[in-house]
Amino acid sequence: MSKQASTSGGSEVTEGPPLSPGRLSLNETPDGVRLAITGDWTLPHYPALGKSVARLSLAEGAAVQLDLEGLGELDTSGATLIAGLLGAERLQALPDSAPGMTAERRDLLQAVGKALQQPPHEVHKPGYEFGDILAHTGVAAEAVWRDTVTLLDFMGRTLLALLRILLLPQHWRITALVNQIEQIGLNAVPIVALLTFLVGAVVALLGATVLADFGITIYTVDLVAYSFLREFGVLLTAVMLAGRTASAFTAQIGSMKANEELDALLVQGLDPIELLVIPRVLALMLTLPLLTFIAVISGLAGGGVVSLLMLDIPATRFLDIINTVPLRHFFVGLSKAPVFAFIIALIGCLEGFKSGASAESVGLHTTSSVVQSIFMVILLDAVAALFFMEMDW
Amino acid sequence: MIRTTDTTLSESLVQVRGLCNRFGSNVVHEGLDLELYRGEILGVVGGTGSGKSVLLRSIIGLHRPAAGEIRFLGEDIYALTGSRGAELRRRSGVLFQKGALFSSLTTIENIALPLIEHMGLPRADAESLAWVKLALVGLPSEAGLLYPAELSGGMVKRAALARALALDPQLLFLDEPTSGLDPISAAAFDRLLLTLRDAFGFTVFLVTHDLDTIYSTCDRIAVLSDKRVQVSGTLDAVSATDDPWIQEYFHGPRGRAAQQAARSTGEVR
Repeated sequence: MSKQASTSGGSEVTEGPPLSPGRLSLNETPDGVRLAITGDWTLPHYPALGKSVARLSLAEGAAVQLDLEGLGELDTSGATLIAGLLGAERLQALPDSAPGMTAERRDLLQAVGKALQQPPHEVHKPGYEFGDILAHTGVAAEAVWRDTVTLLDFMGRTLLALLRILLLPQHWRITALVNQIEQIGLNAVPIVALLTFLVGAVVALLGATVLADFGITIYTVDLVAYSFLREFGVLLTAVMLAGRTASAFTAQIGSMKANEELDALLVQGLDPIELLVIPRVLALMLTLPLLTFIAVISGLAGGGVVSLLMLDIPATRFLDIINTVPLRHFFVGLSKAPVFAFIIALIGCLEGFKSGASAESVGLHTTSSVVQSIFMVILLDAVAALFFMEMDW
Repeated sequence: MIRTTDTTLSESLVQVRGLCNRFGSNVVHEGLDLELYRGEILGVVGGTGSGKSVLLRSIIGLHRPAAGEIRFLGEDIYALTGSRGAELRRRSGVLFQKGALFSSLTTIENIALPLIEHMGLPRADAESLAWVKLALVGLPSEAGLLYPAELSGGMVKRAALARALALDPQLLFLDEPTSGLDPISAAAFDRLLLTLRDAFGFTVFLVTHDLDTIYSTCDRIAVLSDKRVQVSGTLDAVSATDDPWIQEYFHGPRGRAAQQAARSTGEVR
């Protein structure tokens, strides 16, 4: 079969002679039209060559004598232009019209010519019409409804799986649970403590500024205590974990799905919810209350430091005032923690299951899980605040 | 149809000298020498774990060897820096085992990406060239606007080949191009490779397990075992080598079947 000469397709081994852009010239001679193609027809010259080819047109079916004496380098892009200019019939007739051409070049031109006969797929680009905005609104509303149903469905499946394994201790995945608790609980302690300490200090500074006008800066302590016991402790922790843990759940389960690991679980008769979701949900429900406690303590500490340094309230006085705050406020705050944890873990896992096989899809669903879980946490917190106020707790 | 194989006349495109690769205490290559000549299709075979993929990754510059040198067009690829390295890299195309198409881009955008990034072509020009490449590798035009996840296994390989060919490379690396394809698609891929090689004249470094591919496409075979290239040469020369593994490989039931199939269709080269 053919043995390749080195010059056919690509560029030279070494840097080669300086590049000379390709040229076309068309001469009318008594025998017909004579087309001279010279210079390098390669990728770097493609835009310029494309323009010079576009200026030229050959009459349909007219015989053309080709002069390729001066043709330098030729690659696919140059061949595309020349083949497009000559058209299918003249490419077939190449052996006659350009006898001096090497077989490799002819093969290249004819292969490209054949490829050119397959036209690009026409894209039907939808136009923008006035009704589109309504259509988009409808589609989005439907998606919200479908997402809600899916979440409730997933919540039901998880609770059922939880009930099922409750009485079957051999299905308790203690190792996975402890591993998750370490990752999402223990490793989050420093960041949660630091964040709430700073917010506690900020709340105290705010209180000191506003309350100073009334001469009751001592109530700064109450402000910090009530806000952290009832709201900020649990809310800040939940938002932190929504960003830190929901995204991790989605990415873990999403890449397992991309790798067909979830399918592998299913065909082995193993329940992904039992193996993957339950340990994560339980771990988060156990750790979020504990982290909330840490958040409350360090928030109070932040407030205490500001009180001591800025308001000259000694630590013993600070603690005395805290002692007068009824304990039920702490429990009001803490009671929300498992609910937040449940919803964060569910959304994180569900988005992982919903993600597709591509890297882009995993990214989209990770973003979506963080946004959704923070939204749900704040929504539930607002509802709970109303409820507790009505109940006078 | 026996191919002339007098490679001494051909110029060497890639030279591997004294290559050593190790991962911790696990030595993969020791003193490996290999030569790749211009215009040939070199098939690299070896058992699983013999370091075929590591060799490929070393040559394309993804895995720096512990010792030894690799020359592409006479230049040591690991001594090159900056623009010269990028220039050389542009002259080779790689088809990864799973295609490695960018999942967020359509097939056409995947093929056009190197044209836009390296050659600075306007998007319209790059995409019109990409349509030609798409047709050259035998993909229907509908495939151009699909995303990689929507393509079948065979189409992914062809699309990845089109992307590897986007810049008209002189040297093409193929990592198990026919793995995971049905026999018909695999045979079609083998024919496509030969057609393109004859039209474009590139050199191919082919890592494969597929005996049919070896019999129908390769000009030369290099057998990797025991941390080095045990033997390299034409198919006939290699399969006649007196080595238990090679005998088993080429003259085992699968090897014989592939050989007969290739003979009957006149594709032994």
